[in-house]
Amino acid sequence: MVSDEETTADETADEETPAQNVDAEPTVDTDDDRSAAPSAERYGAIVTDVQGSAAPSAGRESVLHTDAEGYLEVASAAQADGFDQLIDLTAVDYLAFAAPRGLPQGHDEERFEVVTALINHESGERIRIRVQVSADEPALPSVFDLWPGSEALEREVFDMFGIEFGDHPDMSRILMPEDWIGFPLRKDYAVGSIPVQFKAASNIR
Amino acid sequence: MKLPILGETSDIAADGLGGLEHNFITGNVESLVNWARRRSTWPATFGLACCAIEMMATGAAHYDLARYGMETFRASPRQADLMIVAGRVSQKMAPILRQVYDQMMEPKWVISMGVCASSGGMFNNYAIVQGVDQVVPVDVYAPGCPPGPETLMHAIFTLHEKIENQEIVKRRAESGGGAGIVIEQRDGQSAGLTIGG
Amino acid sequence: MTAERVLRRGHDSAVLRLSEAEAAEIGNDPDTPVDDERVLLNMGPSHPSTHGVLRLMLEMEGETVLRSKPVVGYLHTGMEKQAEQLTYLQGPTNVTRMDYAAPLFSELAFSLATEKLLEIEVPERATWIRMLMCELNRMSSHLLFMATNGMDLGAVGMMIYGWREREEVLRFFEMVTGLRMNHNYIRPGGVAADLPDGWEDEVIRLLDITAPRLDEYDVLMTGQPIWRERLQGVGVLNSDEALALSATGPLLRSTGYAWDLRRHEAYLAYDEIDFDVIVGTYGDCYDRYAIRLNEIRESMKIVRQIIDKMPAGDYRVQDKKVTPPPRVRIDESMEALIHHFKIFTEGYKVPVGEAYASVESPRGELGVYIVSDGTSTPYRMHVRGPSFINLQTMPHLMKDGLIADGVAIISSVDPIMGEVDR
Repeated sequence: MVSDEETTADETADEETPAQNVDAEPTVDTDDDRSAAPSAERYGAIVTDVQGSAAPSAGRESVLHTDAEGYLEVASAAQADGFDQLIDLTAVDYLAFAAPRGLPQGHDEERFEVVTALINHESGERIRIRVQVSADEPALPSVFDLWPGSEALEREVFDMFGIEFGDHPDMSRILMPEDWIGFPLRKDYAVGSIPVQFKAASNIR
Repeated sequence: MKLPILGETSDIAADGLGGLEHNFITGNVESLVNWARRRSTWPATFGLACCAIEMMATGAAHYDLARYGMETFRASPRQADLMIVAGRVSQKMAPILRQVYDQMMEPKWVISMGVCASSGGMFNNYAIVQGVDQVVPVDVYAPGCPPGPETLMHAIFTLHEKIENQEIVKRRAESGGGAGIVIEQRDGQSAGLTIGG
Repeated sequence: MTAERVLRRGHDSAVLRLSEAEAAEIGNDPDTPVDDERVLLNMGPSHPSTHGVLRLMLEMEGETVLRSKPVVGYLHTGMEKQAEQLTYLQGPTNVTRMDYAAPLFSELAFSLATEKLLEIEVPERATWIRMLMCELNRMSSHLLFMATNGMDLGAVGMMIYGWREREEVLRFFEMVTGLRMNHNYIRPGGVAADLPDGWEDEVIRLLDITAPRLDEYDVLMTGQPIWRERLQGVGVLNSDEALALSATGPLLRSTGYAWDLRRHEAYLAYDEIDFDVIVGTYGDCYDRYAIRLNEIRESMKIVRQIIDKMPAGDYRVQDKKVTPPPRVRIDESMEALIHHFKIFTEGYKVPVGEAYASVESPRGELGVYIVSDGTSTPYRMHVRGPSFINLQTMPHLMKDGLIADGVAIISSVDPIMGEVDR
């Protein structure tokens, strides 16, 4: 799956068509030989299965619940377990959430939740780590050293929610201007719409 | 006497224009300048979002802006006459938009392409400037999300008409152009800023 | 082969981690030694070859790029916040404006996530129509890449050719959806309208036009020594680095790593279709170009199979909850009128829960994560934009290369800024 070739300009020049059709056999087996579903023992976290996956042929999805203390441990265990790519990292502000949160028993509900999605290319499995982050101390350790691809995503979460990631190489705003005040995706931040005025409505017609 | 421009003819009244070596047209300077400006309006490349793709499509083979002397999209604002604001303008982009506009030489025109540029469109929120006319003076607004190439071309024709009928000596600042509009402070945002003016 | 270089944090990293203020300070620092030939160079956000409003902060030594930082946010539209104001029915209108080169994929991912929450199954025909439209969209998106990639590298003629072919696809889109872009065609529960009569002929005409023209591209570019010199060995990434940086799509496949959600997580009905996953070998700009060119061909192959296999049936789910009544019923029945009015004003309620759905967009894995609180608007909608994440590879691709190659690299990562900034 992984190419061993050293790439230099000279070597590639000899190659006729580098991009080739590979009639790739699906490397993902949807059958039994996939590793067992993530368990509480392996991760030290509470595990729930995803409700009603609409796409039956898709890989299996699980959700892990943890808190800020256990986050890095769960993430490292997941990486050691073969979850080789960080797919997504985002956050949810549950401040105005009226419905029951549906967290597993024995889990404190906090205002923020950081959701880290990982994928295991070998088994095709996906997991989401849902981390509870308190409003008083919105901070989490960064997973940059595990998956450097988290850099921009963690910056985005910081920009939009004000959750700081400790030991992140560059904890700064990414989308909003650097001097922006406030965190737009928090629920107590207004959408910022202004009343639309149709000035100088002409009397043409 | 043999005038170089008149050729062999010494008496136009007697021989008529047919005796002339060179033909010429008379007219006033204003019409001439406007005629020339209209037919070589070079747009600046100021693509922002979806509309930029349609703007590029308008310049490509099928819609062919070259027919109107407009195929050369200039990357340098110094060489451009027309700024087509193609797409939504974010709060972060607004100062840059104004800077590019200020770098353009007079005479200059602005087409606000699409509803996002014209009024914020469906994105009435913290991030988007609700109408680019808060930042730069706009000559023509093109509706649509995104406006198809035909709509953009219609906007361009409308501008052409406007150029052909304008007063060339009247500068924008004197005519009350230029923005100078204060963007108000909104909730959770740093202090209001004045752009241009 | 390791991902060590992407894990660096300090001065030896390819990523320039400087704020605006720090950069300005360095520029004004009188104590800079005179023999320090490093220069901070700004490129963009209004630059002809940065694909919209991407801005790069480059640390240069002569012509060589040492470190760089993509500065984004110039097109930040607040779409994730906006989505919280819009009902699920209005949602596709919002997300379709993200990746404006491939709008149908955003609609599809949003619809799949919503359908996961609603636990509804869309009719077979709707699935196949979605697949048809998405593959055509992949073609138009890659054709757009062909055009801009050519233009960025000085093959200005390609700009005209790429657009010429893309226009053919758009004409079909206009026929089906009524719009050239931002279609709002794929919606939760199915698609907005059935395919018009004679669509097969139109699609076949389109494929027949495009196939020989792609061969022209091979003559114009693929085999050209100048083209190869510009691209081969430029902007090289290996598989481990691509995985570590969360890169997906052609960027990951160019490193020789065969990963395509259409095959490995076969959504829609891709498991009933025969197609190849195109992979590269060297992970350079040339591979990424060749992958996209061949993916157009693969998409055409898929589209031909879809024409043969298109099932009959309904184009949207007949579930009163999410489907508005047909227009004729509104004239006949008061209930239908009320129902129609309710769906379009209040929207439909979606059960409490969270769902993530992803599709293989022309740029990589496009995912939508929705949290529902049981009302008719999403409590939170997040989009995993492949352009945004793939952009992280750019400093590593540019490291120690020439600035002129930087343009080739920006082009070959193919970021769509609407999706980067959202």
